[in-house]
Amino acid sequence: MTRSAPSPTGSLARGQSRRAALQGGLAAGALLGLGAPAALGQATAPVVVIGGGFAGATCARSLKRADPGLAVTLVEPAERYLACPFSNLVLAGLRELDAQAFGYAGIEAAGVEIARQPAVAVDPERRRVRLGDGAELDYLRLVVAPGVDLRFDAIPGYDEAAAERMPHAWKAGPQTELLRRQLEAMPDGGQVVMAVPANPFRCPPGPYERASLIAHYLKTHKPRAKLIILDAKDQFSKQRLFEAAWAELYPGLIEWVPLSFGGQVTEVDPGTGTLVTEFGSHRADVANVIPPQRAGAIAVLAGVADATGWCPIDPVTFESTLMPGIHVIGDAAVGGAMPKSAFSANAQAKACAAAIAHLVREEAPPTPKLINTCYSLVAPDYGISIAGVYAPKDGLLAEVEGAGGVSPLEAPAAVRQAEAAYAEAWFQTATDEVFG
Amino acid sequence: MSPQRRLVLGCIIAAATAMAGTGPAGAEPPTGAASCSGCHGPAGTEGPVPSLLGRPAAETVAAMAAFRTGQREATVMDRIAKGFTDDEIRAIADWLAGQGAEP
Repeated sequence: MTRSAPSPTGSLARGQSRRAALQGGLAAGALLGLGAPAALGQATAPVVVIGGGFAGATCARSLKRADPGLAVTLVEPAERYLACPFSNLVLAGLRELDAQAFGYAGIEAAGVEIARQPAVAVDPERRRVRLGDGAELDYLRLVVAPGVDLRFDAIPGYDEAAAERMPHAWKAGPQTELLRRQLEAMPDGGQVVMAVPANPFRCPPGPYERASLIAHYLKTHKPRAKLIILDAKDQFSKQRLFEAAWAELYPGLIEWVPLSFGGQVTEVDPGTGTLVTEFGSHRADVANVIPPQRAGAIAVLAGVADATGWCPIDPVTFESTLMPGIHVIGDAAVGGAMPKSAFSANAQAKACAAAIAHLVREEAPPTPKLINTCYSLVAPDYGISIAGVYAPKDGLLAEVEGAGGVSPLEAPAAVRQAEAAYAEAWFQTATDEVFG
Repeated sequence: MSPQRRLVLGCIIAAATAMAGTGPAGAEPPTGAASCSGCHGPAGTEGPVPSLLGRPAAETVAAMAAFRTGQREATVMDRIAKGFTDDEIRAIADWLAGQGAEP
């Protein structure tokens, strides 16, 4: 893992991008001793980060902070990032999508070069990333942070076209607005049906927060409507807290159908709005199908995803166990006990950046200790949380025993209000830190 | 080499070693400290979660101890504090105390 990487000048002649060639030139100058200061040699250590979400954007920025001499390029085609946390409020009509949007100007100002292109190929042998416009970026270390891809091959009948009728809304954007419009257009007395996948998937408590906030919307605007959750598992995150809150706030509105009671959706028919399970079928006026997921496609192309569709990593460095020189962070990685959350992605990104800064200097990376805190809103003024502390153990990120856990089951309204306020504060602080 | 030159050279090596240990950006956050900024923002952050940068180390150590034992009421910090050893908390507190001037 700490073996020295090939010199960035090794592929100078083949490098197509102006920037890569410039870096190569600087490195050659330094290597040939043409009077370049020693620091310039380090300035040519190129690190490429693919993906500008919570994981990738944090990592790019943290790399510059850890070692301003690194040449960091963030590969991200989108002009703005639409954050998933808090997007369930958008569905419920309590927030606008624009409040979820963040640009990359702050990251650029921090000295990160942004390549506004998709990454279309990775050559791990030559340590090179190819972009959509044909340009190539050489790297000493590559960070792959593509988030998740939704699997449109997992539920018969549920493909990309079906998602226009039965939105997943599991990536913030047009899908979020589509589902919101459908909820708004639904008559009172209508039936909303959600399909929720088995683990692992992005944001384990997310579907239940969504159910809560949709229920809040229905209770307020369509009090005769119902919500059915068809779940491909028998337990879920913060379950007792959610169920207690549903009984208190939305009695009789939400019906949760677990796996063992026929919760697994085996087929959908978007034409008729039908979701079929092993036990029968459900007609939906509005269907929200959250399909199973896997690491974003570039992870597969880079050879860092295994047969499960996710990316196994070393828990100290986040370096792929399948491909040296490539690190994977965020939802795409096998995070061990760490959930796939924006908070985890942010924490992993900082630890990964620290590890890379050490590895580039050929030093042993520090052993990380990571925190995750996930808030869920059951109502706009009712927050609950799960927290954990994680450290490497037996090749995985394991929970530190005795720490972590969920909000108390019995708590006064003031505690729930405080957690809702902390949720908002977290979103503000985290997005400021990453994108501000 | 004169003793004076040797001394100067020794200082340069010591400085270089210190740089290598802490990284070019200055003091590197100790184990666990980088996660704090997920919720605790820079100085001047508005909202219910206080900034920790520049806070005297003894205050942070005392707060974490009180969170761990449950003496101090908390929503999540009681659950998080239990995941850190005394040595880790001391190192984090020292580092946070030294970050006062950072934006």
